Amino acid sequence: MQPFRIEQGIAAPFPEPNVNTDVIMPKRFLKTVTRDDLALGVFADLRFAKDGGNQPSFILNRPIYQHARFLVVGDNFGCGSSREHAVWGLMQLGIRALIGTTFAGIFFDNCRRNGLLAITCPAQMRDTLLEQVSDSGRAHLKINLEDQTIRTEDGKARPFDIEPARKADLLLGRDAIAQTLEDAAAISAFETHRRTAAWAQFYRALTIRK
Amino acid sequence: MDMADARSLYRKLVKSNSVKDLGDGEVLLYIDLHVMNEYTSPQAFSGLSAAKRKVWRPEAHLAIVDHVNSTRRRGTFADPQAALLIDTLEDNCRQHGIHFIGLDDERQGIEHIVVPEQGLARPGMVIACGDSHTTTYGAFGALGFGIGTSEVEHILATQTLVYRILDDMRITIDGTLGLGVSAKDVIMAAIAQIGAGGANGCAVEFAGSAIDALSMAGRMTICNMAVELGARAALMAPSERVYAHVAQTSNAPDGPVLAEARMGWDGLRSDAEVKFSRDVSLDASAIAPLVSWGTSPDQTIPISAAIPDPGAGPDSASRRAVERALAYMGLTAGQPLSGIPIDKAFIGSCTNSRLEDLREAASILRGRQVAPNVEAIVVPGSRSVARAAEAEGLDNIFRAAGFQWRQESGCSMCLAMNDDVAKPGERVASSTNRNFEGRQGAGARTHLMSPAMVAAAAVAGHLTDVRSFKVSSDAAL
Ligand code: SF4
Repeated sequence: MQPFRIEQGIAAPFPEPNVNTDVIMPKRFLKTVTRDDLALGVFADLRFAKDGGNQPSFILNRPIYQHARFLVVGDNFGCGSSREHAVWGLMQLGIRALIGTTFAGIFFDNCRRNGLLAITCPAQMRDTLLEQVSDSGRAHLKINLEDQTIRTEDGKARPFDIEPARKADLLLGRDAIAQTLEDAAAISAFETHRRTAAWAQFYRALTIRK
Repeated sequence: MDMADARSLYRKLVKSNSVKDLGDGEVLLYIDLHVMNEYTSPQAFSGLSAAKRKVWRPEAHLAIVDHVNSTRRRGTFADPQAALLIDTLEDNCRQHGIHFIGLDDERQGIEHIVVPEQGLARPGMVIACGDSHTTTYGAFGALGFGIGTSEVEHILATQTLVYRILDDMRITIDGTLGLGVSAKDVIMAAIAQIGAGGANGCAVEFAGSAIDALSMAGRMTICNMAVELGARAALMAPSERVYAHVAQTSNAPDGPVLAEARMGWDGLRSDAEVKFSRDVSLDASAIAPLVSWGTSPDQTIPISAAIPDPGAGPDSASRRAVERALAYMGLTAGQPLSGIPIDKAFIGSCTNSRLEDLREAASILRGRQVAPNVEAIVVPGSRSVARAAEAEGLDNIFRAAGFQWRQESGCSMCLAMNDDVAKPGERVASSTNRNFEGRQGAGARTHLMSPAMVAAAAVAGHLTDVRSFKVSSDAAL
């Protein structure tokens, strides 16, 4: 997983609330058995016209935001389907962080597992950032995860909160599975307990019969 | 018991499955059953192979094909990409010794219908699946939740997840539902009231006399669609109805084991002293049949209401969202919902395609005809549901009314990732769970409602109040 320490670049405003993962990654891009080539799918129905050309009015097609690295987003971003393809595609498009008030749970976890920093902040701070980055002259941000700040063009560093465990995962680009496997003995012990405890007999009976 | 020791049902389930406390509000959570489908699992298996890891406990997984297959005929259809997804899942399962329910299996159907039908959702279990509607299993007093593909890989490799403990929220629904009002209307009412992200970060427990009165199917409909509130988990305390359901399934444990288990299950309820971080209540008797008008599930109003005015929104972002939804849906503010013509009627999905749902819809359709120009489709939630419905003659009622009766099962037009796709601009009365832009086909316009409301709309040719049908069909009995 790609670590996140300090990243800077252009942030694009994306204020719409309840942006769902069907919109972020339309289903025609899901019929794949790999994680590759998903950048083209991101917001495809908004980004591209019917003939395949760019939709000039779409925010990420405007010259200044074309290479955006961050999105400042509306409430409840990433709701709907669990498809991780949405996060893979955003990463492949070069998006490294999202700033919003609330994110849908599965999407939020998918971000963490892929090194995409989802910053949750109060509505007031999000709205201020939205307003600033909507002005193409003030759209540059520097996000420092180590000291938990977002630095805007005016030199102001705005602090944000993040749960320590998620911060550590993102800073180190940790392989969560390798980490869990260090607890293999505890998992085995739990399973043994489940198999032998009288109250848990029921779990043992979970065999799927044809 | 004092408040410090009091635990919610949710926290009891988390505690009994915690392998280890990881600190900072996270635990290593043991997953009793992991369910997989064909479109969110391939990359998990390839990740596993790339890291040279093996499946920790193959017998704790179940794979079901449902999203991309055709429901018109057995087998896939002329789509090589869909065939590749299905073949890849079967190969992966064979290679790792995982139980696979493919298109030739009589148990096949939509994953969240099949799992309970097979008796694999039981009180006290923790069930995860790479699909957001895994919240369904809360109807059994089990903790079910959706995950992404990285976490599918995590479970394959470790049978656990690094799990952040959610906040406790309770939605209490007391009172009696009116005639023609169903579990679907209850959950849609909750979503309209609380908002599409209103339960983000929460496990929602449903309680109250209206919940206690629900059938198993109704309980599942509500927990299923709770994810549309943003809830990461939905829960209901298990009841006699749940125990009876589990006992009659083909995978039911033997009598003595079941008896022992029941004693444990009786403790699966929130302690009276629990303080929920949010507590919301709804009056069941005030709920009318509801229909979504927009492109987010919380854009939902009673069938008797008019399309809202974007100008009434609290801020510019929400006003723009309403305007955008109206433009997409081809509707104007102030227009009455009832009377809006439809092109398609769809009864199906993991929310509403169980036998009881089909009975409800059939009771409206008996002796009636689908309006000309409406294409009406019913897709049973599983092959077992289809066979049971056929045994009762429901297929004949649907066919006689002019519905297409699908003998095969799957997600069909719920997400249109198969050969059931609505055309641009077509308006669909749908018993599904998501009205997102493009969900049922690019440019397609979805109105969510109960199966009985879909049947009524199919007959009328436009959105309409099922209660007027109810009165006349009950009088005819
Ligand atoms: S029926 Fe719809 S919501 Fe349910 S699993 Fe299938 S696609 Fe998802």
